[in-house]
Amino acid sequence: MKSLIMIIVSTALVNNVVLSQFLGICSFLGVSQQKKASLSLGLAVTAVLTVSSAVAAALYQFVLAPLGLDYLKTIVFILVIAALVQMVEMFLKKNVHAVYQSLGIYLPLITTNCAVLGVALTNVQNEYTILESVFAGLGTAIGYTVAIVLLAEIREHIDEEAIPAPFRGAPIVLLCATLMAMAFMGFSGLS
Amino acid sequence: MKAYWERIYNGVVKENPAFILMLGMCPTLAVTTSAINGLGMGLSSLVVLAISNVVISLLRKVIPDEVRLPAYIVIVASFVTVVELLMEAYMESLYAALGIYIPLIVVNCIILGRAEAYASKNPPLLSLFDGLGMGLGFTVALVIVGSIRELLGAGSIFGIALPGNFEPIAFFVRAPGAFLVLAIVVAIMNAVGIKSRANKVVEGCDGCCANCASSGCDKKEAEV
Repeated sequence: MKSLIMIIVSTALVNNVVLSQFLGICSFLGVSQQKKASLSLGLAVTAVLTVSSAVAAALYQFVLAPLGLDYLKTIVFILVIAALVQMVEMFLKKNVHAVYQSLGIYLPLITTNCAVLGVALTNVQNEYTILESVFAGLGTAIGYTVAIVLLAEIREHIDEEAIPAPFRGAPIVLLCATLMAMAFMGFSGLS
Repeated sequence: MKAYWERIYNGVVKENPAFILMLGMCPTLAVTTSAINGLGMGLSSLVVLAISNVVISLLRKVIPDEVRLPAYIVIVASFVTVVELLMEAYMESLYAALGIYIPLIVVNCIILGRAEAYASKNPPLLSLFDGLGMGLGFTVALVIVGSIRELLGAGSIFGIALPGNFEPIAFFVRAPGAFLVLAIVVAIMNAVGIKSRANKVVEGCDGCCANCASSGCDKKEAEV
């Protein structure tokens, strides 16, 4: 139990997926204009990441590893993720339409979110069991959601500031990320 | 011939994927702790980009429209696996340094973006040059960011130590340094008048799907 909690703390804060592993930067910079949208994306990523970690770990442990098909893992994992995103989308569309509409456009984007594939591959590298993989997925997703919501909050404030012309747009967002990454470096004492 | 050079120029200067289109940000920030790592990552992406562009272009009339994205992903993932295995066999130190970011080339927005925006509509040879141009542009960007970070963070360039007494600032090879260096480089490019596309509303989906949440590609993908 203690090791599972350690995995969550380590993936969510110490090795934050966005700010220290640099995964999922595209959506981190692209979808963080509004707090509401980033929270929706964070929740969608949480759902997909947790399930895909479990499915990928199970597939690796019971199919790929025993058959010696280790080298196929990248191809298999990306297909699993793409299929899973599609299924989550169909499920939400049919059963929880309100949630589907609020997430809508962000769901299909998760396939190309490198955090999802990255976690599946790191779990294999770390030789995690299926349960540990699920917790690693959940922790990573929490870290992602925290980071993107915090950035969105900051961006809503800097919109009203007078920023020097060359720094408008992408550079100022990257500067905010710099400061956030410095703050998150402080968590390295926890490990 | 002119059309081919135009593709190279387009990829390296006019639509530089990392600096102008702001695509493929994950490797741009993650592996650029040294110039040599940036070069390795850039060249691996270039190889995958060029080959997958050619193959997708050859198959552009065969792949049904509804399943084209999964089909592209499988093609790209196959070539990434080939590159990964070759690197593991022949360039072990670079393989260890780049680690998980090699398989992650699969989800690099640049590659799927070029497949969708260019290779699926153009003949193989032009697509090859488009892939080479974009890959070269990406490599140049990674080497620039990598050199700056290595110079400031480790006091060397391409592994060669600088002469004189220079105290390296380790901050620049850590995570925040990556964001800072990229922010300054893009700001400088903005200041000299090379406008980053990310500042404007992106029309159509020739790039990272995350940046064009409302345009064509996602809607099509959602309908699949």
